[in-house]
Amino acid sequence: MTPLLEIRNLTREFGGLRAIADLGMMVHDSDLMGIIGPNGAGKTTFFNLLSGIYRPSSGEILFRGNRIDRLRPSEIARLGIARTFQNIRLFRELSVLENVRIAYDSHLKYSPMAALFHSTGLRQAEQGSTRAAQELLDLFELGSLAHERAGDLPYGSQRRLEIARALALRPSLLLLDEPAAGMNPSEAMKLLDFLRWVQKKFTLTIIIIEHHMQLVMGLCTRIEVLDFGVRIAGGSPTEIQNNPRVIEAYLGAEGEIP
Amino acid sequence: MGSFNYFCQQAINALQLGSIYALIALGYSMVYGVLSMINFAHGDVFMLGAFFCLLLVALVPVPFWLALIIVMGSTALLGTLIERFAYRPLRKAPRVSAIITALGCGLVIQNVTLGFSPYARRMPSLLDITTYQFGGLSISTLQILIIGISLSLMVLLDYLIRRTPFGMAMRAISFDRATVPLLGVPANTVITITFAVGAALGGAAGLLYGLAYPVISPTMGIAVGWKAFVAAVIGGIGNMRGAVLGAFLLGGVEVITVTLLPSTYRDLVVYSLLLVILVFKPYGLLGKPPLQKV
Amino acid sequence: MKNRLLTPALLLAGLAISAILPATGLVNDYLQFVLVSLAINAILCVSLNLVNGWMGEFSVGHAGFMALGAYASALLTVRLFPGAPSWLIFPLAIVTGGSVAGLAGLPVGFLSFKTRGDYLAIITLAFLMIVKSGLENIPFTGGPRGLLGIPHFTNLPWAYFCCVVAFWGVRNLVYSKFGRGISAIREDEVAAESMGVDTRSAKLAAFVTSAFFAGVAGALFAHQLQFINPSSFDILKSTEMLVMVYLGGVASLGGSLLGAGVVTVLTQILQPLGTWRMVVLPLMLVLLMLFRPSGIMGYSDWSWLKPRGERNPKPKPEPKQ
Repeated sequence: MTPLLEIRNLTREFGGLRAIADLGMMVHDSDLMGIIGPNGAGKTTFFNLLSGIYRPSSGEILFRGNRIDRLRPSEIARLGIARTFQNIRLFRELSVLENVRIAYDSHLKYSPMAALFHSTGLRQAEQGSTRAAQELLDLFELGSLAHERAGDLPYGSQRRLEIARALALRPSLLLLDEPAAGMNPSEAMKLLDFLRWVQKKFTLTIIIIEHHMQLVMGLCTRIEVLDFGVRIAGGSPTEIQNNPRVIEAYLGAEGEIP
Repeated sequence: MGSFNYFCQQAINALQLGSIYALIALGYSMVYGVLSMINFAHGDVFMLGAFFCLLLVALVPVPFWLALIIVMGSTALLGTLIERFAYRPLRKAPRVSAIITALGCGLVIQNVTLGFSPYARRMPSLLDITTYQFGGLSISTLQILIIGISLSLMVLLDYLIRRTPFGMAMRAISFDRATVPLLGVPANTVITITFAVGAALGGAAGLLYGLAYPVISPTMGIAVGWKAFVAAVIGGIGNMRGAVLGAFLLGGVEVITVTLLPSTYRDLVVYSLLLVILVFKPYGLLGKPPLQKV
Repeated sequence: MKNRLLTPALLLAGLAISAILPATGLVNDYLQFVLVSLAINAILCVSLNLVNGWMGEFSVGHAGFMALGAYASALLTVRLFPGAPSWLIFPLAIVTGGSVAGLAGLPVGFLSFKTRGDYLAIITLAFLMIVKSGLENIPFTGGPRGLLGIPHFTNLPWAYFCCVVAFWGVRNLVYSKFGRGISAIREDEVAAESMGVDTRSAKLAAFVTSAFFAGVAGALFAHQLQFINPSSFDILKSTEMLVMVYLGGVASLGGSLLGAGVVTVLTQILQPLGTWRMVVLPLMLVLLMLFRPSGIMGYSDWSWLKPRGERNPKPKPEPKQ
């Protein structure tokens, strides 16, 4: 079975620094994969390579067997890979609804000329998009906030909005970059249930970068560990928790992963 | 032999123009290096250098050197005032706001000056000029003075930037404004001094320009000052060496243009050159793209 | 159903009024001139707002597009088809002016793919200077002395009509996926790309549309003043447009009207000041940036200007129909 995502010898250099070095990985449909590693390990760089924000210095990224490493981010998004960002990159001045609609726009097919004249076809497409976006927001319990300015939302709602927006792309692969950042343990566990539900409801494959170990261990079926841009370990949560190299990377030569 | 002479003559003209451009361009680059903003008002500070000189000698006939010092001091003060009241409040604002404000300030300065002096003025000669002839070339003491003073100021600036703590702080700020205060240097002081020095150089350039091309006009800020800006961008804005490189390059291009085409083509050639260079080297000849963290 | 026809009906009534008004003697020549200027300024403002407001860029070169439209249309009516009847040649001239300017918007749009912020500002500035200097050096366009004897085709109905079309066109673009993409680019270009926005076509759409309508305004301008020269389209003209946008409100149709209105009126009121009036506009720009950078109506609009599907009451939920 072709893996959904395959990474081969992926390397990315910045000046003299190797942020990602010779990375290899396979992700299959319906996987719930976690990426962990100390700060600066290259995890976000990895996501940026996957989503097309960076070009690899060498190596290949294959999505459903086709190379995507030379494509623009918008093309990759349209192929079915969506992501969230470590620092929440919402369109702050726009409304909650507009944020979602923008992601949904890639499914609308009218031309600039049609836009200029607001043809009937366009009006129907627009109505459809508004409805679909509103439904998605309702599903995420953000429906009543549809016309609020996105930047005014409380932090937790902003995170949920970012995930909703990513899902409006109708992706098959969802990349989540530290969705639990800034959350306390109980909020993080609620997020865990929420993500399980999201994965089932939308039939997704998820790759998640996280520091909240309970969340990662509880959610993921597979975990990859990066350190200094190199994959140092991969396996099930239990295997990873007991892997000495992983423990060392996080805490020096002793201690446990919290 | 005749055309070689002609070439040398034009080379001297280009050196003169280029050195004046360099003094102005350095001001643009210094401010961009420190605050990442285009100080559109700088061209008009240059213009005021010439007009301050005009005003000064009309009131009090002073010798050249004193005039130069007074003018440089005045424009330095002006530069710091603009920074303090128009730019500093916008440090945290989006970059677009700062550029717009700078543009506005420059135009206010230009149009106020136009209000006081709607017509071009003649700059009085502050020195006795002798012209030397040798081997078919003529070079005047004025040209030597202009090139000499410009180069001296540039050397002084280079020393300032590379050998003094202020210079180090200035370079540090262009990399990371937040950590500089931790080194015991208040960022605001460094920024103020940067503006002062840049404006002083611009003022000196204005005075020298007025002596070299004695008809000055309030629209000089855009007509001449902005070309120095083009020079700075061509060289790579934010980069001192780039500013000087761009300035002499532009001086040469302009002089060549005027010999081949009617002088009305100057602006066209200069700005087209800018566009062409930016298409192939988007950050100027010596510039580097800013690193953006995602 | 009746509601659907209300807006076009009102607009047509406006057109009729604009045609009849001069004949009634209620509106003297001067007032007509001011109203036409207001319409031209409104078109300039809304078109610049597309790039500076909705897309959040800093284009200083808008007067350059206006110049291209003015000259292209004037060359048509003065050099190519002198003496042609206005109802035939004027629309052609306006469309020509807009198209030439729109075409010029393409290279600037392409340049904006890789450059943003300061460097795009510099590029648009260079564009303005090149257009101005180019026009000064081409004898065919009259050189620095410009073109004279342009027929006075611009009247109130034409100005009104073009203004309505411009606002309608920009409104349609803004409330479509291209408009949303343009706003997304302003907010966060990287995130926009990652959410599937084709930033390239959005940027091209913005620059070309913006340039087109600036060209239309230029055509109207040329046939109102009957005389144009390159110095009519310099940085001060661009500054005028910047004040309109940042005063009235960025990314706002109503704001564009407001800004144009205030600046037009102000320009007339300040006439007696002579050269000193040129201090006021840039000063306003500085004060705006210091105290109210998004303008009076920044990022918001009056409901009646939005398409029906976008009129959102907030925060109360709408009753189900």
